Amino acid sequence: MASETETVLVLPNAMIEVATSSAEWIIILPVVLAMMAAALLLMLRSSQRGQAVFSIIVVMAIIVIELQLLLKVLELGPQSMTMGKWLAPFGISFSVDVIGVAFALTGAIITLAVLIYVQADIAAREIKYGFYSLVLLMLAGVSGAFMTGDLFNLYVWFEVMLISSFGLIIMGGRKIQLDGAVKYGFLNFLATTFFLIALGYIYGLTGTLNMADIAIKASDAPIGPLSAIGALLLLAFGMKAAAFPVNAWLPASYHTPHPAVSALFGGLLTKVGAYALLRSLILILPEARDFLDPLITALAVATLILAPMGALSQTNLRRAIGFFIIGGVGAVMAGLALASMRGVAGASVYIFHSMLTISALYLVAGLIERMSGTDDTRKMGGIYGANSWLSILFLVLVFAVAGLPPFLGFWPKLLLIEASLGQGDIWLVVALVINSFLTVIAGTRLWSHIFWRAGREGENSEQPNDRLVPLNKKDKWFGILPTASLVIIIVWFGLMPNPIFNASRIAAADLLFIDRYVEATGIEVKE
Amino acid sequence: MEFALAALVGLFFTTAIYLLLSRAIIRMLLGIAILGNAVNLLIFTAGRLTRQVPPIVPYGEQQLIEPFANPLPQALILTAIVIGFALFTFLLVLGYRAYQELDADDTDTMRVAEPEKSPRPPLSY
Repeated sequence: MASETETVLVLPNAMIEVATSSAEWIIILPVVLAMMAAALLLMLRSSQRGQAVFSIIVVMAIIVIELQLLLKVLELGPQSMTMGKWLAPFGISFSVDVIGVAFALTGAIITLAVLIYVQADIAAREIKYGFYSLVLLMLAGVSGAFMTGDLFNLYVWFEVMLISSFGLIIMGGRKIQLDGAVKYGFLNFLATTFFLIALGYIYGLTGTLNMADIAIKASDAPIGPLSAIGALLLLAFGMKAAAFPVNAWLPASYHTPHPAVSALFGGLLTKVGAYALLRSLILILPEARDFLDPLITALAVATLILAPMGALSQTNLRRAIGFFIIGGVGAVMAGLALASMRGVAGASVYIFHSMLTISALYLVAGLIERMSGTDDTRKMGGIYGANSWLSILFLVLVFAVAGLPPFLGFWPKLLLIEASLGQGDIWLVVALVINSFLTVIAGTRLWSHIFWRAGREGENSEQPNDRLVPLNKKDKWFGILPTASLVIIIVWFGLMPNPIFNASRIAAADLLFIDRYVEATGIEVKE
Repeated sequence: MEFALAALVGLFFTTAIYLLLSRAIIRMLLGIAILGNAVNLLIFTAGRLTRQVPPIVPYGEQQLIEPFANPLPQALILTAIVIGFALFTFLLVLGYRAYQELDADDTDTMRVAEPEKSPRPPLSY
């Protein structure tokens, strides 16, 4: 018979004996709401108007809740809730800190903009196949991934995102979509499987899956297995985020679905990969990151320089935007390579900026394609005369992507360049500057082809483009209003970046120093 | 015991990666299926193997008594199997639909989204 000291489990140390306070439920509420609404929407299948109104109301409610949660986290530090009455390393925790809530909130705002945008042109057939349901399910997956504190749970949210994005990318069933979906599907499934392999090794090495607990236990694990795990995570999340050299699936697939779906993917999915890179390699396994540092720097430099070159060579508008996304991932990798306060803050602000900017760009691209009836920039042209508002939105977004002041994209680039100068990483400085320079060229050239030139490419390029269809009233309201709102957020925070700076400082500190995060989960650090 | 399973996992990974490197969609699908099993076995082995001792609290006791089989990897694998099965089914149907619509099982001939002779970048401006 085993004595008391040899027993494995002592119940009062493993279970919460009082009910969870209702205030803690706010942590899980956004995800629960989105999932329940997605299920309910399936029952409303026959009502088109009903589904639209219901999903928009739910997303608004999620935004309000996440705003409250963000204020709470900014004031009180990271918050945590563990399910099913278990205490932290045993039960599955939801641990939210500034970076997680801020991204979840941004994701919900983008979803709202997209839901309003699709009102103009979504086909009844797609609503019947569950468009709104899938969008909400994807939002649930994205919010869950941003807010979970358990690594296996993160895998599950990745799969929730993946399966709903499969549904969205294939919706409509055109040939080009099937082609894109095959590449998107296989490579993303492979990426999550790599993540699962890393999970198996982490569990074998540390015996736990709670992020805070892994961070504590991995600090005295041998560097060999740790760096192998780190490399696997870098590959898995790098593939998800579409960093060089595992980026080929993105420009092959993101331009194939409905523009609103592209906006949702560009704004949410790749950013979850970038977030997971920061979370896993800076908070959970910093020793592995230090070991991989030269590799991460090289990947960041390559991604930063090669991506805008891809954009330069494209004549397909939405494929060119796909390359802008990849360039942004390079900036996040630069922050990951720096791993200092400034660098991580810059990377997190960059993700925030990139979510808003890329979604808005895809939405504008959708309107341009609707007016010109083509996705080929050589056949667009003359849109400035037909709709000058669109040209202003597009130019602002191009400057924001490139990181020119006074737009939001300027500040994270500044933070990153400052950080790399401070740490003597000259390669990163050069790459960041070249990236901005090439992105300006690629973006403004797109702009001048689409808007400035009077007509289509060829001999008659100075003749007005006679194939342009002006936007009708419905397109104007539902199309331009949500896009312009996103652009207003970008300009607003570009002019007044102080709240963002303050939040990013807290976010970076909580990623680099785990004390507050661990304290929130209630795991005791044994000396 | 762990050694034998580790060797098996390695064999599975080799086969899966070999199949995934193929150009034919159907082979890639088989590769994905084997890869899923490889990962599941890996997690199972990583949780250490204890045979024939179920993790059940004996009658009249308050807690588990050593030794017992680790139940957590089994729960993880169960989740991973369900998810993997759903995604594999989707990819299977997707592969079939792509074969019907694009008449291509070879990824080299799937060039609708990325045209092979894509136009040169614009030279004006």
